[in-house]
Amino acid sequence: MPSSAATMTPQGWLRTQSRWHPLEIAFWLATLLPFVLFPDYLSLASQIAITALFALSLDIILGYAGIVSLGHAAFFGIGAYSAGLLAKFGWGEPLTGLAFAAAVAGLVGLAISFVIARFRHFTLIMITLGLGLLAFEAANRAHWLTGGSDGLQGVSMWPVLGLFKFDLYGYTAYTYSLVVLFVVFLGARRLINSPLGLALRGIRENWVRMPAIGADSQAHIRKAYTIAAAMAGLAGAVLAQTTESVSLESISFQRSADVLVMLVLGGAGRLYGGLIGAIIFMVARDQFSGIAPQYWYFWIGVLLVTVVMVLPNGIIGGLSHFYARWRGK
Amino acid sequence: MLPPVFGVLFDGIAYGMLLFVLSVGLSVTLGLMNFVNLAHCAFAMLGGYVSITLVNDFHWPFLATLPLAFLSAAIVSVVLERTLYRRLYRSSDLDQVLLTIGLAFISVAIAAYIFGTIQQPVETPALLRGAVDFLGLGLGKYRLFLVGTALVVTILLVAGLEYTRFGAQVRAAVDNQRMARGLGIDVDRTFAATFALGSGLAGLGGALAIEIVGLDPNFAFTYLVYVLIIVSVGGLGSIAGSFAAAMLIGVSDVAGKYYAPELGAFLIYLVMVAVLMWRPAGLFGRR
Repeated sequence: MPSSAATMTPQGWLRTQSRWHPLEIAFWLATLLPFVLFPDYLSLASQIAITALFALSLDIILGYAGIVSLGHAAFFGIGAYSAGLLAKFGWGEPLTGLAFAAAVAGLVGLAISFVIARFRHFTLIMITLGLGLLAFEAANRAHWLTGGSDGLQGVSMWPVLGLFKFDLYGYTAYTYSLVVLFVVFLGARRLINSPLGLALRGIRENWVRMPAIGADSQAHIRKAYTIAAAMAGLAGAVLAQTTESVSLESISFQRSADVLVMLVLGGAGRLYGGLIGAIIFMVARDQFSGIAPQYWYFWIGVLLVTVVMVLPNGIIGGLSHFYARWRGK
Repeated sequence: MLPPVFGVLFDGIAYGMLLFVLSVGLSVTLGLMNFVNLAHCAFAMLGGYVSITLVNDFHWPFLATLPLAFLSAAIVSVVLERTLYRRLYRSSDLDQVLLTIGLAFISVAIAAYIFGTIQQPVETPALLRGAVDFLGLGLGKYRLFLVGTALVVTILLVAGLEYTRFGAQVRAAVDNQRMARGLGIDVDRTFAATFALGSGLAGLGGALAIEIVGLDPNFAFTYLVYVLIIVSVGGLGSIAGSFAAAMLIGVSDVAGKYYAPELGAFLIYLVMVAVLMWRPAGLFGRR
């Protein structure tokens, strides 16, 4: 539409961006397929939905605002422990648990965002790595509260809305995770196609020039970081509630690295990048779970090197590139 | 008689020296080309495994394997630099982080495949076993050797950078890359040579580290955190900064393990975050 671009207002452009593509509707309908096709794998499907939500939260700050974070699992873990502890100490209502976990993670995120917004490049990478490791050590040392390396046990959830108990087969777990993912996705989609979303992309492209057109980079980064932290906290809370336990792994560097891999594999800076990446990563890990984890990471490494060298915009970026060329011919 | 605190201090200094040899290469490459190389400790691990294989399977004396640990890490790193790294010099931090984390993952998997996941034992020569008595303190001979080696490396490095033509080129390229290019310095080749040197030192450090901290396939990640902390606290591209930071971290880590074991690594992470928030370019950083 190059001819109409000249007359298009910013509001009009954002409106065309937020129109639903048929492929998107197909994608969300396809998320219902596991109920029919793979009823034995609903726990895995639930794990995938949770991981996709986590990847989506990283996408907001990394893909859109260009803030590299090596410690994003801190917020996932904070959300998981908040929800788990709340349920352990007597309040097992899932939805208020979610709200509580998101609020705690969001508040911590807001506090940290004042640090994050001031730095770029290597210093930023090191600070996020350091904060992530600090969170891990704190959870590890606070054995009396979190159970340390034994994990948090004794979490018991009440039925969702008082009606649906978390069952052994994962029907409730997958439905619950999927609904949370979809609702948060709608919010993220709205955010990305809003003026704030545009500002974030501007910050990613040039951090210094954005203030010159009247957009306060630091304030935007603080907002986006807080939102992303609350989203990651939600993902952690859903994991804690559906599995009724929290392991130390949920706050580890490994989880931060894994989510980064997924997002980049799928395509950072695209709404569906994290979702597609999470599906591929989790299904592959499940299929290859027979091989020892240290060998599984060999293939992750190969994948990373290949994506960086060959597909700089991830799978979705590569596909849309070919699609655009095919349309152009 | 000296109180035991000096023994802790000595162990901390020896550990700091080891960390310095491991990290100085990364500091120089980060300062020189702004390249975030998270695979640095994979080269250290390579040096360690080369040394161990030569000692255990070919019955080489331990000291003779050290030059080979240096060389093998340097050669492998320069091959990777020419094929993969150099394409990403102008890319974003994120791409560099992803590529090098990928390489580190691969190295861990290969090490686990070849050597298994257990800790590798190494036999140090009889000369370096035991301790020397010094005013009532038992100073480990190996630790003395470590301190000596690290001091020699430091002197060679500083002298090399200050008084040789190559050193002048490296300093020029660190200070102002475009100006250095304008003066006809082949910055790419300078960087390749520096990169090889830095990775070689990491390989040497990896071989030296076995006796102190052991060697298993997770070395590439366990020590990466320490190395990154030292580099970022010391300041990119600063040898003096790396040295000071390595001493600080080495002594505080060992002292922390003796006197406050319940804190674990908490203290070090806290020191790093605090220093970076106070001085984003590190203690001795220029930018």
